[in-house]
This record gives sequence, structure tokens and C-alpha cells, in this order.
Amino acid sequence: MRFAVSLLSVLGIASVVGTVLKQNEPYENYIIKFGQFWFGLFEHLGLYDVYHSGWFLLILLFLVVSTSLCIYRNSPLMLKEWRTFKEHATEKSLKAFSHQETYPASSGLEDLKKQLTHFLTAKGFQYKFRTQADGSELIAAKAGTHQRWGYIFTHVAMVIILFGGLLDGNLPFKVQEMLGYKRIETLDIPESQVPAVSRLSISNPSFRANMTLPEGTSDNVAFVRVRDGYLVQELPFRVALKDFRIEHYATGQPKSFESDLVIIDPDLKEPITKTISVNHPLTYKGIAIYQSDFQDGGTKLNFKVWNLFKPNAEPQALNGAIFQKGVLGEGESALKVEYNDFRKFNIINMSPDGKGKPHNVGPNITYKLRDNRGQAIEYVTYMQPMQIDGRHYFLSGMRETVSDDFKYLRIPVDSDFSLNGFMSFRATMMDATKYPEIADKIAANSLDVKKDPAIKKQFKDSVVQLLNVFAQGGYSHVAQIIEKSVPEKERETVARTYIKMISVAAYEAYNMSLAANHKPLLAASADTETLLRDSLNAFSDMFFYGTPYYLQLEQFEHKEASGLQLTKSPGQKWVYLGSVLLVLGIFAMMYIRERRIWLTIKPDAKQVHFAMASNRKNLDFEKEFNLYREQLRNVIS
Amino acid sequence: MNNSSLEYQQKTLLQGLNWQDWLYAAIMFGGAIFAYDKYAHYMDIYETVFLFGAAALSSYLGWRWKALSKLVLGVGVISLVSISLYNGSQARATQEFLLKFLISSQSAIMWMNVLFVLAMVTYWFALYKRSDFTGKVASALTWSAVLFGFVGLMVRWYESYLIAPDVGHIPISNLYEVFVLFCLITALLYLHYEQKLNTRQLGGFVLLVINAAVGFILWYTFDRQANGIQPLVPALQSYWMKIHVPANFIGYGSFSLAAMVASAYLLSSKGVLTSRLPSLDVLDDLMYKAIAVGFAFFTIATILGAMWAAEAWGGYWSWDPKETWALIVWLNYAAWLHLRMVKGLRGPMLAWWALIGLIVTTFAFLGVNMFLSGLHSYGTL
Repeated sequence: MRFAVSLLSVLGIASVVGTVLKQNEPYENYIIKFGQFWFGLFEHLGLYDVYHSGWFLLILLFLVVSTSLCIYRNSPLMLKEWRTFKEHATEKSLKAFSHQETYPASSGLEDLKKQLTHFLTAKGFQYKFRTQADGSELIAAKAGTHQRWGYIFTHVAMVIILFGGLLDGNLPFKVQEMLGYKRIETLDIPESQVPAVSRLSISNPSFRANMTLPEGTSDNVAFVRVRDGYLVQELPFRVALKDFRIEHYATGQPKSFESDLVIIDPDLKEPITKTISVNHPLTYKGIAIYQSDFQDGGTKLNFKVWNLFKPNAEPQALNGAIFQKGVLGEGESALKVEYNDFRKFNIINMSPDGKGKPHNVGPNITYKLRDNRGQAIEYVTYMQPMQIDGRHYFLSGMRETVSDDFKYLRIPVDSDFSLNGFMSFRATMMDATKYPEIADKIAANSLDVKKDPAIKKQFKDSVVQLLNVFAQGGYSHVAQIIEKSVPEKERETVARTYIKMISVAAYEAYNMSLAANHKPLLAASADTETLLRDSLNAFSDMFFYGTPYYLQLEQFEHKEASGLQLTKSPGQKWVYLGSVLLVLGIFAMMYIRERRIWLTIKPDAKQVHFAMASNRKNLDFEKEFNLYREQLRNVIS
Repeated sequence: MNNSSLEYQQKTLLQGLNWQDWLYAAIMFGGAIFAYDKYAHYMDIYETVFLFGAAALSSYLGWRWKALSKLVLGVGVISLVSISLYNGSQARATQEFLLKFLISSQSAIMWMNVLFVLAMVTYWFALYKRSDFTGKVASALTWSAVLFGFVGLMVRWYESYLIAPDVGHIPISNLYEVFVLFCLITALLYLHYEQKLNTRQLGGFVLLVINAAVGFILWYTFDRQANGIQPLVPALQSYWMKIHVPANFIGYGSFSLAAMVASAYLLSSKGVLTSRLPSLDVLDDLMYKAIAVGFAFFTIATILGAMWAAEAWGGYWSWDPKETWALIVWLNYAAWLHLRMVKGLRGPMLAWWALIGLIVTTFAFLGVNMFLSGLHSYGTL
């Protein structure tokens, strides 16, 4: 038992390690976290998949063996204790008991026997008579010896549960891998090209595999993830996904994930059609199919592509689909677009303090733009404007590496809640041919400038120049120019003047773009001021967006893929059987109290000796003994 | 001979019942039949079994422990009053005087918090003053806290259906709700032993751990506003929740009770409060009983959890952090019981172990949610 307990302790510690160190992550993550040296050491110890490592399984195996030995050694003893009345106890040994009493008796032997056995029966004891060597009559009684079954049940349960667990574990694969019959595949290649050495046949008795099915497709293989690779599990039937649905609560949180599946099997006269959902799997041919997750199944996308740096506001059309690739631009500067993910619902907590309720902000699309050197920038763009601090913005985030957070470009909506207002404004601000007109309008509104033609010309020139600078790189470019050409003392004043001038120019530019589109002009108000400030900020941030292309998602045709988990687990019934035994055993061990009573009637029937014992002495036993001692006194006297 | 045999003849449970007990059981089953008649078509077979199982269980427990039957009836009556005051509109929780200040789900739970705090102070005062009367007041406060807590949960259950019929669910689905459940179960377990052992001296100790949970509830309510009713994520929409969670919390509650008794044991064995506390033997025995109950229910809960996981996660055991920590807790108490039962170990060592066991249990309950991520991330901080 000491051995078993130390094994259990090692098991406990290993389990803790497995919970603290996140299991089965992509191996790159571990390398980043621990560095090459520790990564190698930990990999060697199997710490990335502790529960399936060789040594962990070995401990489990040892536990099965040692517990079995324990049962083998102790069960006969337990069964003997369960059956025996211990009627061979000698008077001498009974006299040595810590719990005993002697009573004087007056009624005859038969009467005494009757009274005492009646008492024992009333207390739930079974008994047996035996005449001792000296002629005295011994009544040996027992109660609660079923407790002994508790020992057998709990320990057998452990063995059965571990056995079931081992059946469902990957021991067979481990052995085959060690002998070189099987090898995991680590390359991302089409399933059909995976060699036989990395495939598991339909006769594989137990597995836990995953399958991603886009709507309207079917498949007859699943993938088992092992360490940093995978195996292909062949299935004895074909699974087709007709439809995948996510239902939502009124608050936007997901309510259910459902897949309409069709099982196609030559053994079946008709295909089985069934809807599975979380908590409601489908079992066919011993393989249970679970709804596990979902992802995009190749949603079709229609974009408007805006070139942010071109002085016009005519977007190009672009069509694509998730998991496919497209091209933007031409020649050397052409970019490859990789459409990675589309999400129809995004539940985000947008309240400033994070305490408000999360809500759905609508669809978003994640894509990468890769240049011809292979460098990629990742983008996430939301289709609908989001409310931030009471105002609405179109959000598009970019990041250069996966470990970075997205940096967002916030484009304010126009009065129609669309992107067009900003895009027209941006085009005007980019269009150098419009600058004189803008300058004119500003000058016309300024009393000081209007009067003197020389000043007017100088003013206009400086506005045009400033707008040129601004159009090349936004505020930060203006700041650079100031830093270069203005003495340090005057910089602040100059900067303030420039910012003022830019915002006045922006007002004119915005109204010009509105007029060109036959829209009502902006009135001078606090709202307008905020809109202009936001627009100018967005304009400045454009230069840090990493690309001139802004992909505005216009339409989508949603296509989802259901993530299914397929398991075959022959050990499950064993584990359940073991569990039932375990519960029975625990209750038997803890709530059935084994007690034994020996009543010795002396040959002359003038004295009765009462002795009581339990294999576990505790307060309940003391109480019971004291009670019986007094009650027996009444019975006998 | 007949006379003497009558003295020791033990009555069976059924023989010991009087007409009030039968009436009580009739009310339990009457309620179940009423509910079945009204809502049968919303329930699956498991829920039907649970409904009548609950009636049978509450009858049985009420017969075994008469005080509990009064509590059950009290909770039933007050909950029904509260529900009738709602009159189908959630907004009335803040309009109707009685609801707003007493028996809406939030108010009732607040009253539970307040009463638990008062009860703890009173228990300690009673211990200090050696006052029997004060002790009785403390017990009464604890009973009232439990009453309000259960009313709060019952009404919350009803309230969840007022938000939207598809949102409605038993209020044991997030950290806020299970903390309330934890307080109630721990308090009930304590009250049971209080009556059985006829000792009120341990109340102050047990109420410490309950009030730690109360503190958490208050922080969670006021700092995190996490007391709202949230709809269930798909994985939790299962009848398993109705048995897995309560079984688990009987386990957690018992382990906490054992740890608190252990702390009393350790103090008493060091000579602190020795004259005021029950004897070491009694404390030791109580500690064992609490751990035995906890272990049995924790085992059941873990098995139920595994069965649920087999339906929801695709495998009865995935070495998810929650599962693994449940195993560690289980191994810990299995070792404790082994040493006590097989090796006959007694004394401070086991008490220390029971106390440290609470840390392990707390980590399995809370720490896993806070520090480790996994499938069982149903309550986050």
C-alpha cells in the first residue's frame, strides 16, 4: 500500500504540472515561452502532453498492478471477516476487551438465550451459538460486516476504472510508435497524401478525433492531434453536414450550436439524418459524434476597396472567399490577400470601464496582406460602425506579428452612417488641385486677409503648402516639418496655428466634398467640430495603416463549418461500472459500521458476560456500547 | 420480558412518523404533481425524475430531520408569496415594497448576507459569554439566513424565466449563484451537526468560512456587478447541472466544515478556548464525519461530472484543469481517510491536513477558474 500511495502522490504532482503548464499547445508557443534549452528538456519529459506521456501511463499501469495485488492479498481476509462470527473467541481473550461488562443473571439458560437473541435481533445483529470448553454458552453476533465489501468494491473499482481508462488511452498507439509501425505526420499536406504509416484504420478500437465539415460537404476521415503533429483516422462511414446553425439569445450570446448531419454507410438502407448539438451527440457504430466547435466554411465576400492615398473616392470591387487568396494592385507592389476568417457575430464589451454588458457588434473579417517579399500584415475589419463614447466609427485594426495587439484605425461615420463621407473628404484632402479653392474659401471668411491682396496671396500659398505637407503624412509629417524648419521657441505657436488652419481647411474640404455629392453642408457646431477632429485623426492614422488599401466589406454569403469530435471509447462502460462500484464501496466503507458482540452465559446461568468490539472505534461506537450495556442490564436482570 | 424488550426496541423511520410528517410529505408530492401537471410538456424524462426525486428526497430528509421540514415549508411559502407579488413582471422587483426590501431575489440574498454576518458575531459572543441564550439567538439567525438564501435562489429561478423563457434556468450556473449555494449548504450541514451534537460552540468557526463566501458575494455584487442573471452557454444546458453542481457543493461545504472544525481542534489542543469548546474527541469525530460525507458526495459529483463531460465535451475524462484538480482533491481526502481508517491515525496531524485540504479544495473551486483556462470556465473573476 505504501508503494501505491507514493505512486498516487507522483500522479498527483504530475497532474498539477499538467494543469499549470498548458497542454497540447503548438510547439512554437513553448519555444517562445521557455527558450530552446528548456523546451527541449520539457519535450523530452513529455510535459506538453503529460497525461499521455510514457511515464505517466507507466505509473497508471503500476497502479493497476499494485492495487490488483493488494486485492489479491487482502480480499480473502476481508471475505473471512465478512462471514465469520468469531465464535472461537476464548473467554480469556474476551476478558481482555476494552468494552465489556458482567451481569448477574437469575432466569434460566433457555430464557436467557431467548432474551439475549431477541435483543440482538432487535439491534440488527446476526448470531451464532457455541458451547465453550467449560460448558458456558457463547452467543457470537455480528452486524455491519458488509462494510468489508466496501474495501473490495472500492479497490476493484479503482482497477476497473484505470483499466477502462487505459483502454481509451493511447497505449496501443504508443507501442506501435515505439516499434516503428506508426509515425505522426507533422506536415500540412492534403489528407489523401498522408502516408499509411500515419493513418489509423477503422479497426482502431479507441480514438478521439476531430473533423471540420463545411456546410454541404462530407468526409470519411477525421484527425487525431498528437503532440506537434496528427494522425488520420479513417471512419467506417461518411458524415455529411447539411446545415450548421448558431442560435442566439436576445442579448446576442450564443444559445445553441446545431449541426444537421447525415450518416452515409453502405450497411444502411437509408442514410441516418440527425441533428446534433452540444450535450446531444449521435452515436453510430460505437462512434459518438459531438458538436465541438465551429468555424468559417468558406464564406463568400464582396468588398469595396478604397485606395486611401488616391485623390478620388471611387472604390474598386473585390470578391473573395474565406481560405482563398486574391490580389490587390499590380506589378511589383501587388499584394496577396489571404482571407482568413469571417465572424458573423462578435460579442464585445464596449463600455469604457469594462463593467457594462457585452453586445453584438456585427460581422468582422480577418485577412492578411502579403507583399512579394513574403511580409504580411494582418487586418481585422468590422463591417458595421461601432459606438465608442457615444459616437460611431468604422474600425479596422492592423498588426505585424501575432503577438502584437491590433492597432485600430477609427473612421467616423457620416450623416448616413456610411463610410462615404470620410472617403470623399479624404479624397478632397489628397487632391492638390483642390487646395487653392480651399485656401480661397478660408481667406474669404477671414476679415484680415480679405482686404490686402498681397497678404491674401501669401496666406493662400501657405495654406496650400500646409495642405500639401499634411497630405503626405498627416499630423506627424507636419510635426516633422516644424521640427526641421522652425526654431524651438516658436514651435508651439506655429504648431497651434497649423492645427487651427488644418481644421479650418478640413471644414471647407468636407463641405466641398459634400457639395460635390449634393449633400447638405455641415453647420458650424460642436458636433461638426468633433466629426472634423475624428476625420483628421483618421486621416493622419491612415499613414500608419501599413497599406493604401482599405477593404470595406459590402456583402457576404455566410457559409459555416461545423467542428465535430468523433470518439470511440470502449473503456467508457468499464469506467462507469467502476464508478458505480466505487460509490457503493465508499458508502459501505463509511456508513456501515462493523460491530461484534459476544455474550457468554456461564454454565450455571448465574452470570452473563458481554463484550463488544468494532474494527473502528469512534464516538458512535462508544455511545452504542454504553447504550447496550445499560439495556442489557435490564434485559438480563 | 415484554416490558424490557419495548425499551430497547428501536423504531424504524416509518414507525416514528406522526401525522404532521405525512402531511408534510403529502405537500411535497402535491407540489411536485402540481408542477408536473402545469409544466410537464417543458420537461424531459430526466427533469421529471428529478422533480419527483426532489419531492421524495425532501420528504425523507424532512422526516429524518424535523427542523429541515420547517425550513422547506418556510422557503416554499415565502417564495410563493414573492412570486405572486412579481405577478409576471420583473420590474416589480424594485417597485413593490415587500419585494424591494425583503424578498425579491437580490434583497433576499442580501438579507442572507446580513444575517450570516450577524449570526457569526452572535456565535462568537455566545462562546465568549458562555451564554446559552445568545447561542440560541445565533442559531435562529443562521436558520433565518438559510431561509432567506433559499428564498433568494428560488425567486431568482423564477426571475430568470421572466427575463425570457429561453433564459430561465436553475440558479446554480455561475460563480455568484454557487457561492450562495455554498453558504447555504455549509450552513445546513453545520446546523445539522449543531442539533445532533447539541453544541453551539462551533458556529463561530463555521460561520467564518461562510462569511468569507459572503464577502466574496458582496465584492462580486458591488465591484463586479456580477449578480445579474446571464443566459446559459450551450454546454451548460443540461439536466446534469441539476445534480452535478449540488453534489459538488455538498462536497465543498463538508470539506470547509471539516476544515473549520479542524481549526477549532487545533486551537483547543493548544489550550486556546479549550474550556469553551467541545472535547477533542467530539471535534475529531465531527471532522471525520464531515470529511466522510464530503468525500462520498465529491466522488458522486466527480462521477456525474465525468458522465456529463462524456455528453458535452466528447469524453468522460479529458484531463481538463478542473477535472485534474478534482482528482487531486479526491486523492487528498482519500489519503486522509485511508490514514485514519486503515492506520488509525488521529490527532493534530489530521486536523492540520484537513485545514490544508481546504486550500486545495479552494484552489480546485476558485483557483482553477482564476489562473488556469480550460473547458470548465463557467465562472471567471
